[in-house]
Amino acid sequence: MQTLAFTFPAAAPAHGRALAGVVASGDLEVLLEPAADRHISIEVTTSVEGMERTWAALFARLFAEPTRPAVRLQINDSGATPGVVSLRIAQAFDALAQEH
Amino acid sequence: MDAQRLLARRSFTELHARARAQALLDPGSFRELIDPFERLASPWLPRQGIVTQADDGLVVARGLLDGNPAVVLAIEGAFQGGSMGEVSAAKIAGSLELAAEDNRQGIPTRAAIVFETGGVRLQEANLGLAGIAEIQAAIVDLRRYQPVAGIVAGPVGCYGGMSIAAGLCSYLLVTREARLGLNGPAVIEQEAGIAEFDSRDRATIWGLSGGEQRYRSGLADRYVEDDAAQIRQALLVCMRAGRPGRCRSERHDAFLPPLSQADGARPAEPAEVIAAFGEELRA
Repeated sequence: MQTLAFTFPAAAPAHGRALAGVVASGDLEVLLEPAADRHISIEVTTSVEGMERTWAALFARLFAEPTRPAVRLQINDSGATPGVVSLRIAQAFDALAQEH
Repeated sequence: MDAQRLLARRSFTELHARARAQALLDPGSFRELIDPFERLASPWLPRQGIVTQADDGLVVARGLLDGNPAVVLAIEGAFQGGSMGEVSAAKIAGSLELAAEDNRQGIPTRAAIVFETGGVRLQEANLGLAGIAEIQAAIVDLRRYQPVAGIVAGPVGCYGGMSIAAGLCSYLLVTREARLGLNGPAVIEQEAGIAEFDSRDRATIWGLSGGEQRYRSGLADRYVEDDAAQIRQALLVCMRAGRPGRCRSERHDAFLPPLSQADGARPAEPAEVIAAFGEELRA
């Protein structure tokens, strides 16, 4: 198990919160909550160790432009592939958008 | 099931715990207690290098069934095999205890438990076992006032101490995909040998502990198709029927004679079990 943290610039803070996925084998849980400042702060807890560069590259691609709302993004990961991770994050942001 | 019906139905077994609770309660009445954002996760798993889930794999949902106050407790089978740890077990037991307290205050809260569990979470050992005992005591308390319905949908099934909890429910609903047993197939094979039970033989596993077998031998009360609407309907029918005259665990006398006549020297055949027990044992 390993815990990683990342920060990216973001748009205005989100309203509400959202959840996607479960901590099942090859899957992950994503929790989104509003952040006070214009940042996306990410905390990843993953069952697979030594994949820092893969996570960093994935988030750098997803959050390169500060278009997503500012959130606190928590991930509980049980060996999901980068594709599944992207999907769950998109799902959570969609759920957040649908709240309004 | 023909192709049209297969496409029209909404599978219950394919839903995660939160969606299952939403599907069971009256539309729009779902309200989650101790939700994932309260982060009441297991304090024991991280110390053993295991990633937690924010709700510890247990959804507590308040809402309505037929307009009556209800609580649905749905176990997430995909997280750690639906195992009962200190937190997840306490969420179930505490909710059932509060439902019983509601009834003593004149609020007729009823409960449904979606069992999807291999039993105790081995990493939390005695704390999980103690939690399961509390769940069992709370079921027996609440069922004096209102029905406590158990649902075993699959694919994990319901094993270990939680199979006893399922047996204590006022009503038990199963699908064809469900399995119900004290010991899981792999444990039986490990302890008694492959001649007693081949844990890779799916026909034997479902033949002896599958939902249809448990229904036909009287250990389950309703046999329901894997369809969210039909499972909700079957649950409402049980709730409308009210408390059964005597719960299964109060009719243990009826189960003991066939058990004492069973030939323990050889593995049981599914047909023998159905013949020995039977539908008259249902609620």
